[in-house]
Amino acid sequence: MTEPRETLRAENIAKSFGPVAALRGVSLSLREGEILGILGDNGAGKSTLIKILTGFQTQDSGRLFVDGNEARLRSVDHARSLGIECVYQDLALANTLSVYHNLFLNREILHGGPIRILNNGAMRKRAAELLDEIGVHIPSVDLPVERLSGGQRQAIAVARAVNSDARILLLDEPLAAMGAREGGLIIDLIQRLKGKGGISFVIIMHNYVQMLEIADRIMLMQRGRVTYESHSQATSVAELMEIVRREYREMRSA
Amino acid sequence: MTVRSGDRGRLLGRFLRWKEASILLVALILVGYFEYANQDFLLTGASLQNLSQFIAPVAIITCGEIMLMIGGEIDLSAGMVFALAPFILYFANDAGLPVLPAALLGLIAAGLVGLVNGVVTVLLRVPSFVTTLGTLFLVNGLTLTISAGTPVSPPDAPIFAAVMGNWGYSEISWAVGLVVVMHIVLRHTRWGLHTIAAGANPVGAREAGIHVNRLKIGNFVVMGVLAGLTGILEGFRISSFDPQAGGNQIMFLAVAAGVIGGTPLAGGSGTVIGGLIGATVLGVLSDGFTLIGINAFTFNIILGAAILAAMLFNIHIARLARGGAGD
Repeated sequence: MTEPRETLRAENIAKSFGPVAALRGVSLSLREGEILGILGDNGAGKSTLIKILTGFQTQDSGRLFVDGNEARLRSVDHARSLGIECVYQDLALANTLSVYHNLFLNREILHGGPIRILNNGAMRKRAAELLDEIGVHIPSVDLPVERLSGGQRQAIAVARAVNSDARILLLDEPLAAMGAREGGLIIDLIQRLKGKGGISFVIIMHNYVQMLEIADRIMLMQRGRVTYESHSQATSVAELMEIVRREYREMRSA
Repeated sequence: MTVRSGDRGRLLGRFLRWKEASILLVALILVGYFEYANQDFLLTGASLQNLSQFIAPVAIITCGEIMLMIGGEIDLSAGMVFALAPFILYFANDAGLPVLPAALLGLIAAGLVGLVNGVVTVLLRVPSFVTTLGTLFLVNGLTLTISAGTPVSPPDAPIFAAVMGNWGYSEISWAVGLVVVMHIVLRHTRWGLHTIAAGANPVGAREAGIHVNRLKIGNFVVMGVLAGLTGILEGFRISSFDPQAGGNQIMFLAVAAGVIGGTPLAGGSGTVIGGLIGATVLGVLSDGFTLIGINAFTFNIILGAAILAAMLFNIHIARLARGGAGD
């Protein structure tokens, strides 16, 4: 069996904010159709890494490769044009807008002609089809997003990334502040999307149990470095906890 | 076709769920009251023209304020820009420029004040309340200085003047036309959609690749131009450019019209049509109380109380309708 091709590669990424070093040389590799889980405490550098991978921030040093080609990500738009899309922790949804407007935010379908009028009908129809396709069930695409539950909102955020033809999907705490049932819906959604093929995932999470359930491979980040890497089947919650505990003791005694 | 009572209830429910319904109800009740109290309120040409002159300037300015309020911003200087633009027109015309390009110059000056408001607010991160409080005094002082504090007569250009406010229905035509345009901009273009998105979730909008700063500055410029245009229209309507015209009264009425119409100051949502209805409510109150002959001193007491009542009614009817809808 041939290895799936590498879609994303980071080499020695470093980033400081003034005197604070958020990333001290992080490398990762992501293959097509793979789910890479990144675990780590607050301040481990996970979110900074995601922001660099999406072009929201630029690294101080280190190199990025997308589909084998070196890419210096200039902006979110640039990263997006390469197929990288992020679903942020703070949910980039506009709560007062309808589900379909959110799904097409900044990628609206317009009527032809010189006056660029929104084609709401087409967006509404496409939105309903898309949600149906990936198995997200909500009462109506006309509802403002604020009327949906946390899980439904997260699903809409994921669906939006899928709608943009993202091939590399970055998920920052997709299950934060969600009950087990709602979280389960999102895990199912991610697995359905993975099953459809063509999309690779980088997922950031706090919860080790859920992470081992969902990810193919695990990376543990601590204080701006990758301290441990393993296939999910080859590790356990206990082992991960032990590594974190050891690091914590070192930090305390230092 | 017969309508069963259940259908009628559903129709009423749907009407009340329509965002602008409750304030429209307020407007209709007020019109009904004043028509009853003063038979000559609505149904003659002269009284209709009179009423429209109360509504139009507030309606135009509220369009700009609503776009800003959706983004959580406000422009306190609009009433002073209103007074400035006609004088730019006057002096440009005085210096030999034909009246049309002179008017454009007036609008450009108004837009420039908006640009300054936007740039200082967005790029230098001064709250717009503070920025525009500053430009309020600055622009007022500027207008008083260049005009030496005295009103002037508008340029003698009968056709231009008629189109720009002097004909009885021209100002309300401008107002309705601009409300339609701004409604389309808000509801049916990316500009409007992104303005709402940026108001509801600025960080999220930025992450989605929306140029939030450009959008906000643009809306400040639109506000400036609309305020300047209103000042020019009013100047031609009353055939006098007055450095004391407009001012804080009209600016606050415009903000009130927006809020009464259903645009929260907190941002994230808004309605231009609601703003027009809000301006109508205020116009009906002003015109109605004037016709009834309320004492000038008590006028503001009643107007203020009526604004509060209209706002409370609007907010609570909207909440009841949403709660009662049960979905």
